[in-house]
Amino acid sequence: MTVLTALARVAAATGGRAVPTKTVRHVHLSGRPLVLVAAQLAGEACAPLAVMVGDDREKPRLLSVYEPRDRAQRFEFAAELAAIVLPAIERHVEEERHVGEDGGAGPGDAGRPEPYRDAPQLLVPNRPTAAFLRLLGRSTRFRRTEGTYAVPAAVPLLGRWLTYFAERGEVTPSAQLLPMTAVLADHWATGQSAAEDANLAALLGWIDPPDGMSGHAAARAAEDPVRCPPAGPVTDPTFDNEVLAPILAAVHDATLTSDGARLGRARAAMDDALRGQLEPTWGLMWRAVDLLAALPAAAHVEQRWVADRWSFTNQVAWTRAGGAPQARRDSAVAAAGRLARLEREQQRLAVERAYDDPLVMAEYRMTGEAFAGEVVTAEQGRLVAESGRRPVLRPLVTVATSDEVLFEAGAVLKSPARPGQQARVTGVVPPGTPGAHGNTSGDRRTLVSLELKGGMGRSLTPPPGSLPALGEHVTFTSLRDDFQPAPKFPDKQDTPWTHGGPPPEYVPDDEDAREAWS
Amino acid sequence: MSDDREPRDARGGEREGTDASASARMVTDAILADLAKAERGVVVDSPPGAGKSTLVVAAAASLAERGERVMVVGQTNEQVDDLVDRMAREHGVLRIGRLSAQDYTPTSRVARQGNVTARTAVADLIDHPVVVATAAKWSMLTDPGARWPWAIIDEAYQMRSDALLRVAHLFDRALFVGDPGQLDPFSTVETERWLGLNWDPMSSAVAVLLTNNPGIPVHTLPVSWRLPATAAPVVSAAFYPFSGFTAATGLSDRAMRLSTHPFGITAFDRALQTAADSGWALFELPHRHTLRTDADAIDACAELAARLLLRGAVTVSERPGGPHDVTADRIAIGVAHRDQAAAVKRALRARAAAYPVLGEPPRDVTHVVADTANRLQGREFDVMIMLHPLSGRRDATAFHLEAGRLCVLASRHRHACVVVARAGIPELLDAHPSAEPVHLGVPVKFPDGWEAHQSFMAHLDKFRVPSGG
Amino acid sequence: MDAAGVDKQKIAAHVGYPAPFGQSRFAISRGNAFEARVKENGAAQLLTLLRDHLDLDVTEVGYTDFNDVGGNSSRELRHVRTRQGLTGQDYAPRTLFDHPLLRLRVGGRHAYLEPDLIALRLDGSFHVIEIKSFPVIDGQADPGSVAAAAIQSAVYVRALRDLIAEAGGDPGRVSHETILIAPRDFASQPVAASLDVRKQLGVLNRQLIRMTKIESLLDPCPQALTFDLDPDEHGTPRRPREELAAAIALVPARYAPECLGTCELCFACRAEAAGTTGALGTSVREDLGGIEYNAQALALARGQLPSPERAEIAVLLLRAAQLREQLLGEVIS
Repeated sequence: MTVLTALARVAAATGGRAVPTKTVRHVHLSGRPLVLVAAQLAGEACAPLAVMVGDDREKPRLLSVYEPRDRAQRFEFAAELAAIVLPAIERHVEEERHVGEDGGAGPGDAGRPEPYRDAPQLLVPNRPTAAFLRLLGRSTRFRRTEGTYAVPAAVPLLGRWLTYFAERGEVTPSAQLLPMTAVLADHWATGQSAAEDANLAALLGWIDPPDGMSGHAAARAAEDPVRCPPAGPVTDPTFDNEVLAPILAAVHDATLTSDGARLGRARAAMDDALRGQLEPTWGLMWRAVDLLAALPAAAHVEQRWVADRWSFTNQVAWTRAGGAPQARRDSAVAAAGRLARLEREQQRLAVERAYDDPLVMAEYRMTGEAFAGEVVTAEQGRLVAESGRRPVLRPLVTVATSDEVLFEAGAVLKSPARPGQQARVTGVVPPGTPGAHGNTSGDRRTLVSLELKGGMGRSLTPPPGSLPALGEHVTFTSLRDDFQPAPKFPDKQDTPWTHGGPPPEYVPDDEDAREAWS
Repeated sequence: MSDDREPRDARGGEREGTDASASARMVTDAILADLAKAERGVVVDSPPGAGKSTLVVAAAASLAERGERVMVVGQTNEQVDDLVDRMAREHGVLRIGRLSAQDYTPTSRVARQGNVTARTAVADLIDHPVVVATAAKWSMLTDPGARWPWAIIDEAYQMRSDALLRVAHLFDRALFVGDPGQLDPFSTVETERWLGLNWDPMSSAVAVLLTNNPGIPVHTLPVSWRLPATAAPVVSAAFYPFSGFTAATGLSDRAMRLSTHPFGITAFDRALQTAADSGWALFELPHRHTLRTDADAIDACAELAARLLLRGAVTVSERPGGPHDVTADRIAIGVAHRDQAAAVKRALRARAAAYPVLGEPPRDVTHVVADTANRLQGREFDVMIMLHPLSGRRDATAFHLEAGRLCVLASRHRHACVVVARAGIPELLDAHPSAEPVHLGVPVKFPDGWEAHQSFMAHLDKFRVPSGG
Repeated sequence: MDAAGVDKQKIAAHVGYPAPFGQSRFAISRGNAFEARVKENGAAQLLTLLRDHLDLDVTEVGYTDFNDVGGNSSRELRHVRTRQGLTGQDYAPRTLFDHPLLRLRVGGRHAYLEPDLIALRLDGSFHVIEIKSFPVIDGQADPGSVAAAAIQSAVYVRALRDLIAEAGGDPGRVSHETILIAPRDFASQPVAASLDVRKQLGVLNRQLIRMTKIESLLDPCPQALTFDLDPDEHGTPRRPREELAAAIALVPARYAPECLGTCELCFACRAEAAGTTGALGTSVREDLGGIEYNAQALALARGQLPSPERAEIAVLLLRAAQLREQLLGEVIS
């Protein structure tokens, strides 16, 4: 949050419509994402009530749990959900693994297996829905398919996959599980607060209001649960008390009789009521997809998606090899390793976003961590001879910028346009300094001289385009990915005494299978 | 009755020097005794200036004397070199190894010691009784033979538990020393996944160690040698309410005075005089909501430092050698944010440029240390000038309310602390009742940040000097 | 308004800004069922939990409910009865006291606390036990809910300490370790967790010392101010809307988006705060250096000359506007 985003919100509030805060889309959007909207019964940790799911906006599938407190019906629901979700996942699995050719990561990669060409993407309305899926995964992945507490075969598998998606959702550069409120709020600033942006309908009301309506009015209308049911998974209490309760009672009563027709009617009534609650959000989800799809993708988006594809490929391999479900809580070594990965990836993502999007870079320009301007001098052929060695190419450029420059001589910077090149600041001349090279009178710009190294080939003639040219508009920043090597951690069986010693091996037992779920 | 109960107050602020030494020695003896018979280790809580480094040096020497090889883990190169320097000076016969990364150049205080060997490969130092390095360097060792019976972990409360995980395989037993009241380790990653877990990688090393090994004895160093008698009770009550400590010196053992008279008496002079007389001052600017880099407040900090130098501040203490001048490097300006530190430095440079007397030794104001609380941890000065983290703010966020931040800023000084703040902080606190989240299974060690701030402001109220007059 | 016991929900509805709060009966019935289950049979489940969790020897612990069933006793009387019960000899030294009526001195008056807890007296010492219905999953629970429970428990600990002290005993006998009982994982089995509330006790103590006396909150309000709805015999408000709205507007409000989750008048105050930067979020206002109104921020962004204390933020706003214009073609108008 900075002055830039604050100003954007103020502008949106006054102008009556959301304003963009990004020039490109920073998340991968699948051609056929799986969209899921959920409702849960109030008062319990994870009591699924209904789900609307599908990858075709014209064909939503509604799954209702007619007696949401009934354990058996919950597992049936999970099985039905699995029947929709698992095929959507599995269609990305390639039976013959694609083997790298020249298009691989580099020479020597030919012949090495590659990740699947695509991976599934799950879109949900908001973070609480993602949390709901995580809990649903938790309550199903440890179940057994045989024995006393058997559940339908696909249920534990669904649980592992839902858990997989939830964990990917925690990794900031991943795009496999996206809460749409978060993604939209990342790309637009509305005229309301961030707290209000968590309401998908209100958020879309600002970004894409109906004709003739201000964003403000559209958002306020969206807050009325009668006109606009909540996006879930929490249902509107009035709906619960006045509509759902009597319907559930009717279903329950009908079940007690053996009147099939009566039960059918009661269930149909419940389906209608739940559809009425979920369908509006379903529509909003696809509107959100369209709005995002209209933005051009940022340069690093596909690269990050490759990481998601790898993760998916490895998870498929693990599952097929009969690997254990994800642990309830991380062991000491797993936790430390995960934290290290999350930190590295978050840092890299921040750099990539700034490099991909001038509006993101603008934030760094405001804090003095970057500057942008025009190249006013360029000594492209400058040679420097270090003592006793061959002369090397060290071009010198001067950039004139209106940004505030807080760097001092010696600072090492990079330019997004030439990420392989390093630029060392050799001098900074404040604006208005008389006689400064390239400074016409009245020029209020700062002049920054930079010595360049790398990214220009080995010879003394740099390839065209590898150096900033006179008149070119460039950006330089201290924001760099440190590319720290991954830290080493001991093996799990070598967990030291300080952290509790080696954890016991996970042995699936009756406890897991029997764990109450109602 | 209970309604008028005052918050837990200063625990008898004064102790004479001999009492303090005796009490500290008793605790140190107990610690060293525990070290001799420890199964796994010992934890020592060390309030600010309580002699942590003294203990580390003494413990290393004691273990080496018994023929035990010791590895010492510091968190930064600065800290490691400080320890090596002291150890080498106080134990001239001890052979000390300074293990470092490739890009490290031995500092002068390490290089000049005859009994210190600086190397980058641990194989070259394996026979040295004591080897000191940063946690980062230790975590990179791959030699299978690299193992020590004993480790001493310095600043263990500022070390994140995942960093401990990476070095713990190198030793059998360890002494953990650190200050529980200062800033916790943190991560920019936001997740609640590990909260309450016995081995939460984002917790401090000591927190995880004690959760998994509750039998390890915990000692507290009882006395601060740094904080004056005017400050120890305040810091103890606000930031160490569950343990507490006292000052080693009495009110009469230390003094600060300004050797020249000012031309006119400004509010700055009044504030400095108050600080000299009572160890505290609150330089209060008019109430206003401002940006973080509040120009008036930043400027006031720089002005106070400059004036301190111009007025020839001089200190007297229990240390031998007569009155000492307060030189620029013994003055610190502490802030919460890096951009504030940068702004303070610019303000100091501007003064040096405008007033030549402030640009040259001995009053070179650009040598005043201006930095964030994070980077001031573990350091000591004669005078601290702090820009209050809540000054000019309209709202109090968790970052600014963090007790550790204020504790670091309030506990660096040997003589006086001047707080620069805009009016309205107690009211701001009242309007934002404490909202710290609570996680199951996380032991309570630190005071609530909101309460620590209230306690501190209540104390400062008595030393208020309005800037306007 | 909370101090005066005013029904904010009704007022909000009457001035045209009905509040979004409500409680699902499923949540209510589930919570009640859980609590009943924990307490049935003389709190048998609870005792088992305490024994396993706290290593307490809880054989032969009695159970007594102080709830005033059918009686018409005043609160003062019920409080006296509670005090007598907790500190006297009428009950066994080991007893679970349900619904004790405690009180706290706030701003010069006694506030009686909803007796939603159990006080366990184990020979000489006391533990506060609170039953909540948010789940604890794999040892973790929502930190906001736990924080609220901790604050509540701290209030009870303090009230219990005051009560013991009033009766001449040692308030230290009330432990700062309270016990939270909540559903475990996905079902209705209860689990016990310890809550160390020392931090919250410190905060509470400070708040009680600093809390404005109720009277002084009223000082700035005009004498004739009233929020009365003037209901008819069916309960329908007769007070003219505009008059009531004007009365509300007389009391300066400090709206923040956080109000949306906590106060029934949030929509009304939000409407009043339209055009302020605070309504966009406290961090937004902070990033704007404390500027109050959107219009002011935009004027500075357009290049309007700032007053001296706004000089710094004006430079930043101008720059920000220039950057957005350059990069988006967006002109601040």
